[in-house]
Amino acid sequence: MDQILKSFLDNEILVYTIMAFVPLLWIVPYALFAVYLERKVSAHMQDRLGPMYTGGWHGWAQTIADILKLIQKEDIVPAAADKKLHLLAPYVVFIGSYAAFATIPFSSAYIGSNINIGLFYIIAVSSVVVAGLLMAGWSSNNKWSLFGAMRSAAQIISYEIPTAIAILVVVMIAGSLNLQEINQQQSGWFWNWFVFKYPPFVLVAFLIYFVASLAETNRTPFDIPEAESELVAGYHTEYSGMKFALFFLAEYANMFAVSAIAATLFFGGWNSPFGDFLGGPIWGVFWFLSKGMFFIFLQMWLRWTLPRLRVDQLMYVSWKVLIPWAFACVVGVGLWTLL
Amino acid sequence: MLEQYLPIGFMLLIGIGFGLVMGKVNEWFGPKNSNEIKLSTYESGMPPVRSAHERISVKFYMVAMLFILFDIEVVFLYPWAVNFRELGWFGFVEMLVFIVILMLGFLYVWKKGALEWTGERTKTNNSLLNKKVV
Repeated sequence: MDQILKSFLDNEILVYTIMAFVPLLWIVPYALFAVYLERKVSAHMQDRLGPMYTGGWHGWAQTIADILKLIQKEDIVPAAADKKLHLLAPYVVFIGSYAAFATIPFSSAYIGSNINIGLFYIIAVSSVVVAGLLMAGWSSNNKWSLFGAMRSAAQIISYEIPTAIAILVVVMIAGSLNLQEINQQQSGWFWNWFVFKYPPFVLVAFLIYFVASLAETNRTPFDIPEAESELVAGYHTEYSGMKFALFFLAEYANMFAVSAIAATLFFGGWNSPFGDFLGGPIWGVFWFLSKGMFFIFLQMWLRWTLPRLRVDQLMYVSWKVLIPWAFACVVGVGLWTLL
Repeated sequence: MLEQYLPIGFMLLIGIGFGLVMGKVNEWFGPKNSNEIKLSTYESGMPPVRSAHERISVKFYMVAMLFILFDIEVVFLYPWAVNFRELGWFGFVEMLVFIVILMLGFLYVWKKGALEWTGERTKTNNSLLNKKVV
């Protein structure tokens, strides 16, 4: 895509700006839609209807109305808060989750930055979010915020390790950290996808990755950082208006990022499941986004199915279940390829 | 080569710009009539008791230390995984030795109880609870 843009736009800076803007054009409408979807999915799973009035047809304009309301809110910084950190925290969280999109390939023609350590870059840069969450929790000078932030940080860093090891399995098969190259290796029919390779090791690695990614995005059953019944709202208790929206947006962007990585690494990314049928760069976007949205739906489904884990159970799952099994997968795939 | 990293810089700039605009929106469109109660710390409607900046359970530090150790080990595994086919059996055995040493440390941590979130006190409380009261 950057080649095409360069061919009729002389200005390189303009090209780069447009390229960097593309993920934002997806994230914002997606977040609006996902919030609506979250409500509808939860409603229908509980045999309710959810929003039905705003905008007429099935309450489609509910999230837009919410955003309009948030814009008109007063910007409140608590008197006891550490003003500078309080201001900075939502930016750090958002930038951390937005920067991860730089190396996610949306189609064979579009990738923000085709660096050869793309996967490694994502793992590194998505950890910045933890710093932002801790900043938000600490600077608010609110007990709920601080507890939420501490729990969130402990949870995210605990589940970072199984995530990284599960991704390692894919790196071993692909022999590359470039996401575009990993995608190309999975082209063809759906049985070429990495989940179906070396059964059951990669499948187990995918399950480990998926469970860990739920924890990394603070989704149920791993949502003790924002357990409404005990912590009010977790680290963003003291944020109002668009700053709160920024946290929300970052959270939904993060959800999509982990889903997109799952789709890219294990389910062929922008590859069509049916060989060349409906292939190509344009359909690639469709396949990539629908695979991503499928995992988003799965996350919502789990949210309304499973109860919340206790903090000791949370640590147990990460350290005593996921990490040993992830290492077993690495060794298993290694042995299989060499034998 | 390094040029490929340029889009990431633009990405960060767009992220910062978008964030700044979002953060300022309420200053532009929102009302400005704050008062003391509105600016007080939220504690479920109660007057806030003491500061939130107090000592935090040592378990969080434990998790952080373990994370740093394990994360560094995992980072070492990545370059190996990329070249793993070329390295063949030699590289695999080398890495197996590394993983075994890592796992020994992991087992030590496990047996030492550093991975238990509920500490000794809770355990004894449980055992007291389990005793039959005559």
